[in-house]
Amino acid sequence: MAPRPASAPPPGLIDRVSTVFYTRPRLLLLVLLAPPLAWLGVVYLGSLFALLVQSFYAIDEFTGRVVREFTLRTYAQLLEPANVDIFARTTAMAAAVTLAAALLAFPLAYYIARFARGRQKAMLYLAVILPLWSSYIVRVYAWKSILAREGIISWLLAKLGLSGVLDAVLGLPGIGGPSLSTSALGMFLVFLYIWLPYMILPIQAALERVPASLLEASGDLGARPAQTFWTIILPLAFPGVVAGSIFTFSLTLGDFIIPSIVGNSSYFIGMAVLRHQGTAGNIPLAAAMTVVPILIMGVYLLVARRLGAFDAL
Amino acid sequence: MSAPTPAVRFTNVSRHFGEVRAVDGVNLTIQDGEFFSMLGPSGSGKTTCLRMIAGFDQPSAGAIELYGQEVTRRPPYERDVNTVFQDYALFPHMSVGENIGYGLMIKKIPRAERERSIQEMLELVRLPGLASRRPAQLSGGQRQRVALARALINHPRVLLLDEPLGALDLKLRQEMQVELKAIQQRVGITFVFVTHDQEEALTMSDRIAVFNHGRIEQVGTPAEIYESPATTFVAGFVGISNVVSGAAAQALTGQAATFTVRPEKIHLREPGAATAPEEYAADGQIRDVVYLGMNTRYLVALDCGADLTVVEQNLRTTSMEVRAARGRRVRLAWERAHSRTLAESV
Repeated sequence: MAPRPASAPPPGLIDRVSTVFYTRPRLLLLVLLAPPLAWLGVVYLGSLFALLVQSFYAIDEFTGRVVREFTLRTYAQLLEPANVDIFARTTAMAAAVTLAAALLAFPLAYYIARFARGRQKAMLYLAVILPLWSSYIVRVYAWKSILAREGIISWLLAKLGLSGVLDAVLGLPGIGGPSLSTSALGMFLVFLYIWLPYMILPIQAALERVPASLLEASGDLGARPAQTFWTIILPLAFPGVVAGSIFTFSLTLGDFIIPSIVGNSSYFIGMAVLRHQGTAGNIPLAAAMTVVPILIMGVYLLVARRLGAFDAL
Repeated sequence: MSAPTPAVRFTNVSRHFGEVRAVDGVNLTIQDGEFFSMLGPSGSGKTTCLRMIAGFDQPSAGAIELYGQEVTRRPPYERDVNTVFQDYALFPHMSVGENIGYGLMIKKIPRAERERSIQEMLELVRLPGLASRRPAQLSGGQRQRVALARALINHPRVLLLDEPLGALDLKLRQEMQVELKAIQQRVGITFVFVTHDQEEALTMSDRIAVFNHGRIEQVGTPAEIYESPATTFVAGFVGISNVVSGAAAQALTGQAATFTVRPEKIHLREPGAATAPEEYAADGQIRDVVYLGMNTRYLVALDCGADLTVVEQNLRTTSMEVRAARGRRVRLAWERAHSRTLAESV
């Protein structure tokens, strides 16, 4: 080793610590990963496990106490028609919101990724992300007044002489109701608005990684723009669409605030969980109901993998 | 007999990007079956010209014809040309076979026939048995061949190649140069090849267009371009050359016109050696010597003020002798016919 110049100070604590970590990269990795792994392992997976355990207990009908014995009785309760209704309603809403979000997000994501440059790109990003900066509750209540019978949409349609159209749509079974703010359609619109950024950003990120030369090559080999879309753009953006849909689908499955503010107050999974663990004190049933969206997501991901969603990763 | 219809014809083609004149009034004719190179530094307009033939870019003014048909505003998918891209542009989610068969799939050719053509193409580019691989599993040279096969399978009338060898290492590049030329002769398709590598252009081309600042400086066979450069730019860009102008030119040739002479055309003689009447000659001192193995490059400072580079083959000399040459007085001589008068470039 070369002798130190006489003027150089002896190695300080920071120097020595740096050397220890530099020569032992695995130790550094351990130090850096320990906190997030502990958080994920203990707090997150631990509570998920506790939830799973709870779901195999049942409540004593007479005392209202939780009996800590293994039983599948709680899961059997899930199959009651009222509960199956809740799952079907929630899943249908999540699927509709996801599909609509994908259709709405794709063109915008494509424009941001392919054509927007510099300032315009920054402004578009901001427009997508800005809604996430304000309180979720405030935005949902804002939508409630937009959708209300006295709200701006009804007012505008009345001015345009289209009130009949609105009434006809609200008269449709399943999605209609007395007003937009108390209909499934209104709830769908609010969900769509709230989760849309989570669909735009992953699709945009996926499209950003598709070189323009691939699209030129496809056209060069004789493909019309529509053929290029189906054979090149969509398959390459598909992982982004799936990532976005995981957000929109799971967020809709678990949400309890929007269904309790907007809509016709029929139950969604999140609301049912809230009632069972809160007012009813039936923790096991609440836990079992929480397992349902996890299972639905699991099935969803398996199907997505079958469709080749992760092939291009 | 009327002249055959050219494969590609540019008539006063310009392409402006805002203030920048990427291509500026280009007239160009490429013959059927030719291996035609567009040579020039980056930003000289050669790639933009290629993209306008492919249809990725449209001229701001002028007209482009393919085999006598005007295609100026036609989209790429309606042109009978195919492109080999600089980055290969292979589809990462498809296998090698699917990539090669893409054009036929788009044309709805039945699967069995498609598979047969894919096999033929894999043989042609010497990649048999790789059809099921993904592009990511291939080396740079293999990807290059797949890109070539994907374009050739459609039997285009013109094949466009955008610096296709740029990403390969030297040895592979030289192999591919020979192979590309051989494939071109086998399939008989017109090749339009864009490159900034003058050696590559000289090796492979039937004719070369030298581009500079969006214009064509000269079009000719490799020998014409090399032996008789028309402008100072061509002389400087293609090969090593000596460009002499002004008073030094006056002293050497008796005329003030700028001229060039290739380094290998100059003889290195003893001072005071006899000069033939058809030769120009000048005395000077060797200022620098670079031993290159096969050749030696001498930089000679002439008494009249010009510096000339001279290249001699190392037929008998050794590196030791070569090094000792520095500082020696010499007489340079070259045939008058090898001096070329140049036009000034823009």
